[in-house]
Amino acid sequence: MMMKTGIKFRINKSGGIQVITIILAFACVIPLIAILAYIIQAGITKINWNFLTNIPKPVGETGGGIVNALVGSVIIILVASVIAIPIGILTGVYLSENRKSTLAYWCRLCIDVLQGVPSIVVGIVAYFWLVKPLGGFSALSGSVALAIMMLPIVVRSTEETLKLLPDSLKEAAFALGMPFHRVILKVIIPCGISGILSGAILSVARIAGETAPLLFTAFGNPYLTTNITKPMHSLPLLIFNYATSPYNDWHDLAWGASVILLVFVLLLNILTKQITKKWKVQL
Amino acid sequence: MDTPIKNEKITLSEASLGVIDSGKKANTVSKKTLRRPFRQIRTEKFFKQTLVLMGLIMVILVFGILLTLIVESIPSIRALGLKYLWGKTWDPVQDIYGAFPFLLGTLLTSFLALIISVPFSIAVAIFLGEYFPKGWLSDFLKNTVELIAAVPSVIYGFWGLAVMVPIVRSFETKIGVDPIGVGIFTSSVILAIMIIPYAASLGRSVIQMVPSSLKEGAYALGATRWEVIRDVIIPYTKSGLFAGILLSLGRALGETMAVTMVIGNTSQLPKSIFAPGNTMASVIANEFTEADKAVYLSALIELGLVLFLVTTVINMIGKKVISRFTNE
Amino acid sequence: MESTIIKSKDFNAYFGSNHVVKNVNIEIPKNYVIAVMGPSGCGKTTYLRCINRMHELIPGATSNGQMLLNGENVYDMHPIFVRLKIGMVFQRPNPFPNLSIYDNVIAGYKLNGIRLPKVEKDRIVEHSLNRVALWNEVKDSLNKKGSFLSGGQQQRLCIARAVAMEPDVLLFDEPTSALDPISTSTVEELFHELKTNYTLIIVTHNMQQAARVSDKTAFFYLGELVEYDDTKLMFTNPKDARTQNYITGRFS
Repeated sequence: MMMKTGIKFRINKSGGIQVITIILAFACVIPLIAILAYIIQAGITKINWNFLTNIPKPVGETGGGIVNALVGSVIIILVASVIAIPIGILTGVYLSENRKSTLAYWCRLCIDVLQGVPSIVVGIVAYFWLVKPLGGFSALSGSVALAIMMLPIVVRSTEETLKLLPDSLKEAAFALGMPFHRVILKVIIPCGISGILSGAILSVARIAGETAPLLFTAFGNPYLTTNITKPMHSLPLLIFNYATSPYNDWHDLAWGASVILLVFVLLLNILTKQITKKWKVQL
Repeated sequence: MDTPIKNEKITLSEASLGVIDSGKKANTVSKKTLRRPFRQIRTEKFFKQTLVLMGLIMVILVFGILLTLIVESIPSIRALGLKYLWGKTWDPVQDIYGAFPFLLGTLLTSFLALIISVPFSIAVAIFLGEYFPKGWLSDFLKNTVELIAAVPSVIYGFWGLAVMVPIVRSFETKIGVDPIGVGIFTSSVILAIMIIPYAASLGRSVIQMVPSSLKEGAYALGATRWEVIRDVIIPYTKSGLFAGILLSLGRALGETMAVTMVIGNTSQLPKSIFAPGNTMASVIANEFTEADKAVYLSALIELGLVLFLVTTVINMIGKKVISRFTNE
Repeated sequence: MESTIIKSKDFNAYFGSNHVVKNVNIEIPKNYVIAVMGPSGCGKTTYLRCINRMHELIPGATSNGQMLLNGENVYDMHPIFVRLKIGMVFQRPNPFPNLSIYDNVIAGYKLNGIRLPKVEKDRIVEHSLNRVALWNEVKDSLNKKGSFLSGGQQQRLCIARAVAMEPDVLLFDEPTSALDPISTSTVEELFHELKTNYTLIIVTHNMQQAARVSDKTAFFYLGELVEYDDTKLMFTNPKDARTQNYITGRFS
């Protein structure tokens, strides 16, 4: 019967397409593994004590290291977090407490816009806001640029976490006579701390590897410094500069730095996943 | 006058802790709760105002970004006019500014990356959303694809330089094109890898939202699994999948570092997809700190403004499509 | 002389290790309306879904035993072929939202990749919609999407969709439990018309409905087919104590 052969063909077609889909889907894993493997094998041998504690030496001299970029990354990220996380959390609180006001609507809209702004544009803006007026590149301007990029993630995860908390929690606190700020700071935020925390960690993971916003803000520094009003180096900047240079020594430093950066970012991401899985938080 | 206020302060702190712990304190609390203390109200008010301020800061921030971009682009707009965007030559040394090579470069790399990545993204979305929504295999794939998005773009660029460029170079020799290695094609491939997770994760979410009663209706009529995907799932999730693709596109348009490192950085109009070129983002990254003239810098900022507007519009359309899909 | 169209022999169904349908032996005659009733969780819906092999779509769901359609074991055939001969109507009306009423009725053909000339398609659509007494109500809006139809009309559309495939058997899984009383009675009237051309097996938790519409009734309890008899006899003189208890409302 015509139908019977038609059916066999359709069943085979369905099976065939399933196979193709599986192949395509798992093909995505290949580049990631290739990249991870290559970076680790290229860079792991370059990491040693000198590497971690010296500043880069001029081309041709051995024993250079990346300590200025390491320390610089830590400081820039720390300052950015200090700026972005409290503001982000409070904004998230504002949005979860004000679902319907006009300002809340525009605020949400702006958060959405902010999330999609290309990182180079954030760098441009930070240049005009901080570098030009203060007369020079600085780690602070870099931190501000990174903070701007962190905000949408912190705000959104805070808002989502708090939205999931039952209203009865707030009501119980109010019924005990607590004023609003205590209800938020002592009850609501602690209850949602896992979601808020994972949002914060995620935002750090997001910007830890960002280079573009730092290109004309923190700019980079061949020397070790902890002064945030001066230009400062960071891992992504170092990788960019050395990778695009023609010197093999510098390539080696870049590989080593890449391993450290990659491991750091991946660890943060895995940490975030563990927290969200454990506490079943919606991000 | 003094003593009553002092007493008030002491019992206040107990009241604000919400603790009514013993009969001893209960008397003093009940007397005072009727009179809301000034300090608490003031702190409450201050806190609420701070929250509103935060909301305001976000709005001011975004409008500030837009304003800064516009203000700093004005010198270029005034000097070069709108034909700047169609100008095919970019020669700052001779004061000739034409942004078309970069517009072309951006469009070429982004759309090529999209074309390459979409089949993979959709495959992942269908795999995770329909074929294997649960299980360790799907968790593995889901996490791996998400990790793709986590790798910093400068690392993609470095890997691209070290690994992809030589591969492309030998490929180019085989097909008889200038074996440069860097160029539009290489950037598109790296970009394609980077944007897979965006369409994939949104696609997966919307595919999982298809009501099973609809799928069962189709199975009961004798459809195969593929036919259910083709005739029920995909029509149902069309707009969601489209929004996911838009999201990937937005990401591709704004990507800077990986592209900068493998695109070749030339201001010439790319003649083929294997030629080197530049995107709006990469030319800003490369020439910003070297822009010595006001018009030069302003021309670059204008590119930044265009980037900002285009990515914002695309992301907004995508979000609107998603919200309409989830509310239907 | 009644001939058997569906016969189950020692049929069992499982969800993983959960034995939900136990050793069912039943013979269903052609052009009859069979009601399948029982309390929640008794396995009646699972059994129904085994007839057209929808049960196995759920991960971990298995079955064994014989399920014969006109003498052939459906588990020896392609499931698609089975579902072309045995149609199903679900509890909640599920017309395809992106298709028009016309396209919904012939959706079965389109899904199976069967191309028909327009004349033939028109005939099938009109014929099927007439069978479910929906033709006059929708004949002027065939190209509109079905979202404006009431629940009862949507359910009749789903029945038309199943009927359009000209199956031998129609399975109904609590078809009126999501409908209001008036739509319910409209659908119930259909059963009487439909049995001229099809055999109907209707799972219902509504005893009165079973008594109203069916020729024979099967009573399931805790996965077993407890009693199966002519409806009139079952309700007036049940042979098993469990049937008696169910009918008199001792448990529901």
